[in-house]
Amino acid sequence: MVDNKKKTGWDVHEMARKVALDIPNGAYVNLGIGIPELVSGLVPEGREVIYHTENGLLGMGPAPEPGKENPELINAGKKCVTAVPGACYFHHADSFTMIRGKHIDICVLGALQVSESGDLANWSTGEPGAIPAVGGAMDLVAGVKTIYVISKHVTKTGMPKIVKQCTYPLTGKGVVDRIYTDLAIIDVAGEGLFVKELAPGVSFEYLQGQTEARLNQ
Amino acid sequence: MINKIVPSPAEAVADIFDGALVMVSGFGEAGSPIELLHALIDHGAKDLTVVSNNTGSGHVGLAALIGNRQVKKMVCSFPRTTNSKVFPELFHRGEIELELVPQGTLAERIRAGGAGIPAFFTPTGVNTPLAEGKETRVFNGQTFVLEHAIRADFSLVKCRMADRYGNLVYNKTARNFGPVMCTAAEKTIVQAAKIVELGGIDPEAVVTPGIFVNRVVGVKDPMDESTLVAEDRRYPW
Repeated sequence: MVDNKKKTGWDVHEMARKVALDIPNGAYVNLGIGIPELVSGLVPEGREVIYHTENGLLGMGPAPEPGKENPELINAGKKCVTAVPGACYFHHADSFTMIRGKHIDICVLGALQVSESGDLANWSTGEPGAIPAVGGAMDLVAGVKTIYVISKHVTKTGMPKIVKQCTYPLTGKGVVDRIYTDLAIIDVAGEGLFVKELAPGVSFEYLQGQTEARLNQ
Repeated sequence: MINKIVPSPAEAVADIFDGALVMVSGFGEAGSPIELLHALIDHGAKDLTVVSNNTGSGHVGLAALIGNRQVKKMVCSFPRTTNSKVFPELFHRGEIELELVPQGTLAERIRAGGAGIPAFFTPTGVNTPLAEGKETRVFNGQTFVLEHAIRADFSLVKCRMADRYGNLVYNKTARNFGPVMCTAAEKTIVQAAKIVELGGIDPEAVVTPGIFVNRVVGVKDPMDESTLVAEDRRYPW
């Protein structure tokens, strides 16, 4: 039998797994809201990673069993979580000392746009009337040592998210180190964007066609 | 004898005046002092500037204070959440001001206010719209933006346990902005789920030293904001 469902690209869980594979043992990691949250459940066997949530917890564990939720134990997305043995709580100034003071190793964030020089836009589309909300994103990109972006390669309407220059208001300039999409893993280096890995069924030419910025092989 | 315990939330907030700058602890519902906020609604002080990470949920607590038209300006990092309805409506009608501050900058502006530091340079927000018009300076080749401290007339803070000296212990991620807000107000007003005798809190485990606290009111079973929102409760009841 011929398999007609030829697989193209990665689903969000495979994207999150790719990120998890790149997080080394012992890392302190902050995960953004949404797709980044999937990364926490996918750490390879034998590695120990400590998750930071900026509302005051190091050692964030998975969601609690139903019925065991505590509204005073939540993550940055205001969802109920757990604290692992060895966890600690702290106040906001300490939490952002960890972030801005370059104590957190890796942050995984979603994106509206990433530019070829690693600029990130992920907090506002700048539409008139929209209520701006920034949270901790600008602090994270200003202070965390390594910034990974995990995002669909294009928008729901098919517009490229990896662009020459961001048209949305910036979160930070030149801050992104690596981009994980459903089509590829792309490194941001000083000279531009370099494709590190192509997803199954994706050619470099196809990828370039889905990307406004110029890619290097 | 030093005794910072006051008998009721109403007495705790009685001197909050029109036009005051009020800090309110909490990250979403975690740590939000609902009973103190409801007492402030009963009290009626208006034209308040409120510093808080969010703008409240449903029609209780901070959202109810805003809905009661007592707040002219919000200073926060994330003014909308899944259940925030009141602030977005007023904002769209141009009836409330917003100063949007990155979350870490907000925490540090409050910390600086409490620590006697008038302003500081931070890397957060450089090259973004939130740094536009602000003074910048280069240190070791990197650009930083000048941000100013915030000091409040009053801070309203929720904690788990307190003694009559005002020493405080918090609960899990409900700690969030509480400790820095306690340091940065002329009058810090705290609601505590439990009040213990002096010595009932291990000195090694005190999170907020009592010197930063002016009043403590016992609120034995604080309301749960998400439950009230799910039941569509509205304050005043």
